[in-house]
Amino acid sequence: MTATLTIAQAGPALTIQDLGRPGWRAQGLTKGGAADPVAVYEGAALLGQSPDLAMIEMIGTGGTFTADTDLRIALTGANMTAKIDGEAIVWNASHSLPAGAKLTLGGATSGTYGYLHIGGGIASDPLLGARATHLSAGLGAALQSGDTLHVGVDKGGDTGFKLPRDGRFDGGVVRVVTSMQTDRFAPEERDRFANTPFTRDPRANRMGVRMDHDGAGFSAEGGLTILSEVIVPGDIQITGDGAPFVLMGESQTTGGYPRIGTVIPRDLPRVAQAPAGTKITFEFITLDQAIALETQHRRDIKALAGQMTALIRDPSTIRDLLSYQLISGAVSGHETFEKDS
Amino acid sequence: MTDFPKIQTVGLSGILVSFADTMSEPANRAALSFRAAIDGSDWVEVSETSTSLVSTFLQVDLVAVPVDAILTRLNDLLDSRDWYTADLPDNRTLWHIPTVYGTDLAPQLEEAANLAGLDPDAAIKELSSARVRVLTIGFAPGQPYLGELPKNWDISRQQGLTKSVPAGALIVAIRQLVLFTNASPTGWRHVGQTGFKTFRPSSETPFALSPGDELCFPAVPRAELEKIMAHDSTGMGGAETEVLA
Repeated sequence: MTATLTIAQAGPALTIQDLGRPGWRAQGLTKGGAADPVAVYEGAALLGQSPDLAMIEMIGTGGTFTADTDLRIALTGANMTAKIDGEAIVWNASHSLPAGAKLTLGGATSGTYGYLHIGGGIASDPLLGARATHLSAGLGAALQSGDTLHVGVDKGGDTGFKLPRDGRFDGGVVRVVTSMQTDRFAPEERDRFANTPFTRDPRANRMGVRMDHDGAGFSAEGGLTILSEVIVPGDIQITGDGAPFVLMGESQTTGGYPRIGTVIPRDLPRVAQAPAGTKITFEFITLDQAIALETQHRRDIKALAGQMTALIRDPSTIRDLLSYQLISGAVSGHETFEKDS
Repeated sequence: MTDFPKIQTVGLSGILVSFADTMSEPANRAALSFRAAIDGSDWVEVSETSTSLVSTFLQVDLVAVPVDAILTRLNDLLDSRDWYTADLPDNRTLWHIPTVYGTDLAPQLEEAANLAGLDPDAAIKELSSARVRVLTIGFAPGQPYLGELPKNWDISRQQGLTKSVPAGALIVAIRQLVLFTNASPTGWRHVGQTGFKTFRPSSETPFALSPGDELCFPAVPRAELEKIMAHDSTGMGGAETEVLA
């Protein structure tokens, strides 16, 4: 008997995701996968399990969930109101979800994409080597109220840890490298692009995020005669009306709109997570600078487990206080925890 | 033309080798042949390759792989032969896909024929006897861009969009055909209808076509396609294949 998680009530945009499905670009299928991979690694660190396991991605709001077995869970990405049987629980942390208890995840209070990770991962049937739902390609479908999902075998471990939040939910500076079509834009046009404050348009999804700005649209020389060319995640295409559109993991494999540059991978979650109306500016950096930043980021991702601290709970909110062993072995909350990743 | 082939980095995701900046048969041939040569070289740094109309893309983790090391080898391979006249890769497939031209299944045949300077019968004759190559796959999973048709088919896209053409639709513009994967809006004209599925997610071969494959669209009466479709569970829509050695 495998454990199951049932979605009593699903928000409008819940999907099963993982780190995506590489290897099919030549056949017209992009990698897809979680819009915020940092949140995937955070969930894996909090539960002490592989980042390749599948989880539930929630855009804007979550839903209500129950399990038929005690589960370990972790909540990462966009901060959402979260309760277990009515008791508020902390985001960016791991918890135990007792069998039959009601997990309620509400609207996002910062950021856009929230993630519900389960110890053992969601064990849906892989399709073309991955579990990630790819809506635009027709692989998988949005989760619905009443869906029951199988959960993989959890190798177990402690819960009650949290990770610090970073600033990727608040917009800000997004770093960009030049790409194959950057030189189609005149130097003045590139400068104007880098000096323009943008706001994240409400029009955004897993395929791309549109940016708004005051003033004239941007344009390339011979923009409409450029041949369709390969798209990589983070490419900033300038659409027909002159607005930049940052392409995300679930975009098309090729596109005919000119690309002014490419957002570096570590800053792409910042674009994905920015709620509508958030301010964003783009800064061109050199390839060497980008490589240094990404190398550091990969080190940081690997060391996430070392950032974990124990949740400090207020004893008055612990319902079954008497069952806790309070005399010895308690966690002060100040230790650093080293966990195997 | 000393600008091409041109090598450029693409974000931190890889390297693009472009053979031209406009579509041409030799440049498409070069892109396909060069991709086959890269695939055959098994460079450990290259995790995935693909082609666009006139370029080859190599997925390389530029964060971990010094670009200079790979550039030298790329240049050596580029210099090793004339890619614009290189033989196309072996073991490509030739597909014969039964197609209904015109009727209410493909209502823009007459309009497209007019633009190509032909009457509808002559247009069907040209389209059903043309042998086109998969120039690239994109826009939707497994969806081929096919060419090139004779010069009179250099017809522009229509001003407005057709709201939706069905999966399996054969549409035409700019000397190219596209065989649609999913129902979709389009600015190209709908001249033929097939029962061929380019993307079969649950199948062992989810993507029917590969870049470089060649396709013919022989004309069949509507009744024949309907008969094929009544018994088709494979997604082939009555298509037959042969290997191009």
